[in-house]
Amino acid sequence: MAGPDSKPVITAPAFRDYPTIPALQPGATEGVKCYVANEKIQEALGFQGKLAENWQETHDKAIGRMGELLDKYRSLKVYMDACVHCGSCTDKCHYFIGTGDPKNMPVARQDLMRSVYRRYFTPAGKLFPSLVGARDLTREVLDEWYTYYWQCSECRRCSVFCPYGIDTAEVTMAGREILDYVGYGQKYSNEIIGKVHKIGNNLGLPGPALIDTLSGLEEDVKEDTGCDVRYPVDEQGAEVLLVTPSADFFAEPHIESTIGYGKVFHAAGISWTFSSKASEAGNFGMFIGNYDQLRKIALRVREAALELGVKRIVVGECGHAWRVAYAFWNTLAGIGAGANDPFAVELQKQLDPRYKQPSHICEFTWDLIQQGRLKFDKSANDHRTITFHDSCNVARASRMGDYPGGQFDIPRNIIKAVANNFVDMAAETIHEKTFCCGGGGGVLTDELLDIRVKGALPRMEALKRVVDDHGVNFMATICAICKAQFTKVVPYYGFKSSMIGGVHQLVSTAIKLGNEQ
Amino acid sequence: MSVFFALLFYAATAVLVLGLLYKIVDFARTPAPLSIPTTPAPTTTGGVVLRMFREVAFFESLFKGNLWIWMFAAAFHFGLALVVVRHLRYFTEPVWFWVEFAQPFGMYAGFAMAAGLGGLWARRFLVERIRYISTTSDHLMLALLLIIAATGLGMKFLMHTDIIAVKTFFLGLMRFDIQPLPEHPGLYIHLACVALLMIIFPFSKLLHAPGVFFSPSRNQADNPREVRHLSSWAAKLEKN
Repeated sequence: MAGPDSKPVITAPAFRDYPTIPALQPGATEGVKCYVANEKIQEALGFQGKLAENWQETHDKAIGRMGELLDKYRSLKVYMDACVHCGSCTDKCHYFIGTGDPKNMPVARQDLMRSVYRRYFTPAGKLFPSLVGARDLTREVLDEWYTYYWQCSECRRCSVFCPYGIDTAEVTMAGREILDYVGYGQKYSNEIIGKVHKIGNNLGLPGPALIDTLSGLEEDVKEDTGCDVRYPVDEQGAEVLLVTPSADFFAEPHIESTIGYGKVFHAAGISWTFSSKASEAGNFGMFIGNYDQLRKIALRVREAALELGVKRIVVGECGHAWRVAYAFWNTLAGIGAGANDPFAVELQKQLDPRYKQPSHICEFTWDLIQQGRLKFDKSANDHRTITFHDSCNVARASRMGDYPGGQFDIPRNIIKAVANNFVDMAAETIHEKTFCCGGGGGVLTDELLDIRVKGALPRMEALKRVVDDHGVNFMATICAICKAQFTKVVPYYGFKSSMIGGVHQLVSTAIKLGNEQ
Repeated sequence: MSVFFALLFYAATAVLVLGLLYKIVDFARTPAPLSIPTTPAPTTTGGVVLRMFREVAFFESLFKGNLWIWMFAAAFHFGLALVVVRHLRYFTEPVWFWVEFAQPFGMYAGFAMAAGLGGLWARRFLVERIRYISTTSDHLMLALLLIIAATGLGMKFLMHTDIIAVKTFFLGLMRFDIQPLPEHPGLYIHLACVALLMIIFPFSKLLHAPGVFFSPSRNQADNPREVRHLSSWAAKLEKN
């Protein structure tokens, strides 16, 4: 059994000739568990350090917290009540497809909590628990929550197919919030959130190191292109504040897109800056379903924007970060329209109302392309045959542009504007039906590699088809987690890591910087 | 027996109405603090109304998800809807013209309803994944609905009952005037099961009926950059 302590050999499941639904393998991934956060990590976020010695205390706290969440979140309350066990979602989760573990079926994942909900919060479950599948909250149940709520990437694919729109991500978030509250947090996510508060980004890259990295990047790009493309940090009075996932500062292939962002600004002649305070677009507060953390992390962006006096806020290539920016920033920090607290009002006065606030870097680049302000040599990308992976949270939890579905068209439009060879993967694996990369939502940690590899199966199958049929050799994506996850897991499926990259990496390859002969 | 059924229906109606009201008010009062429509989602309220209509009238998401379930669910729900319309004749005098009009269709709808239920139940035995998630109550709920459908069809096609007297009984109930109910075992089972269904409605997964209208992933417009969604409890954080 694969556990953090043993060192299992991780292998990818075999490609299926036809996408048949796997037979159930109860307990297949019950041993795949991520490390638990230590007291120091927990307490830094204001959570209880560890589980109480006395089970009753944990039990009461957990049920109490669950009651509070049920009163605070309509989603949770309705989703607990509305499910009829129809089964529409049962074969939709990539982790179920990859592992066959029945508890990775969305409805079963929800039922881990729904069974407890029924026992403590509904008359039927109080009176006839066994009839309605209700059960007491025991230590075993709590452990099961920890295991399986950390095998969900909050990708929302199940919610597309649910007749009531039940979104397992909401249940997972509630589960993780309760676990944090009773002192049973996940090391990976909570440690990262601690770093954001302390240093400003998920990777713990301090301001001076950031400046150093980016000036090195300027030299590299100068050498490469002969152009003085700038990668400024904390530049007062810049027009645009670019907030991007911190992996974009040095990880491969992320940095290639960062180079692309800078070239777009350079070619369009628009001044811009990163911020050392808000040097992270990612917001792991969402992963753990904690509103306070979500808000605190988002407020850094508002503060940075006010300090720097920027007119526009643009977000780099990142999936869940774009969800938080697009859908939540206005609520959390008044970045958008309609807020009336003093800071948000000040920010709204400062921001240019002609632009969407915040904008996605793809919206930004596509606008410039449409205005004819960017020129490309498309043939520079001719060595690539490209496909595009829709990142789950961009696809199903946000939008780009002015119409529903713009999030699918705009990145593809950019790719087609900068390259000649583009092929889409199978229709049932893209757009709103896209499969998660397998590493999103707080599971991008090495202890969970087993489930990450297996969860990538449906995406890898779709990729395999376009590789075989069309000679695809590049899969573009607009998410830091997708990039990190894919580069790690594609070798298990016989692909090269180098075929993974960003949309702005393609832009970077083809863009003309104005100094061409 | 007439008095027993009269009291049973008064009680069942009270539980159904009060129970549902309580749940609906509870759903409505619980804030939805974040904008979480499953996208692509309509950007306007009109668009949301249309999306909800497609969801409720055609089970759009289920159609995308699983054609078998959709077929059985559609047969059952549309069958049930027509059957309910047909039964309005027991509560109206004179019978509304559109209820009159629906009578012949309602008759066959009873079979569609039973067939749909049969299909849904068969899946709970035959499909491994659905067998895994099924609870005892999932089976009992289908059994209850099938008994209602079967006894109803039985009274229509096999063992007739005095439906004029049944109508007199229900019209009487509505005036708080208890009239005799025909002595008929099929009718007794039919009515008892309907009353039971009404009673468990607000305490069971039948809450999917009001629930779907309150599902934030379906009923929210996709406009978070233009409109600030702020729940009452989140607004309090702004004061700090």
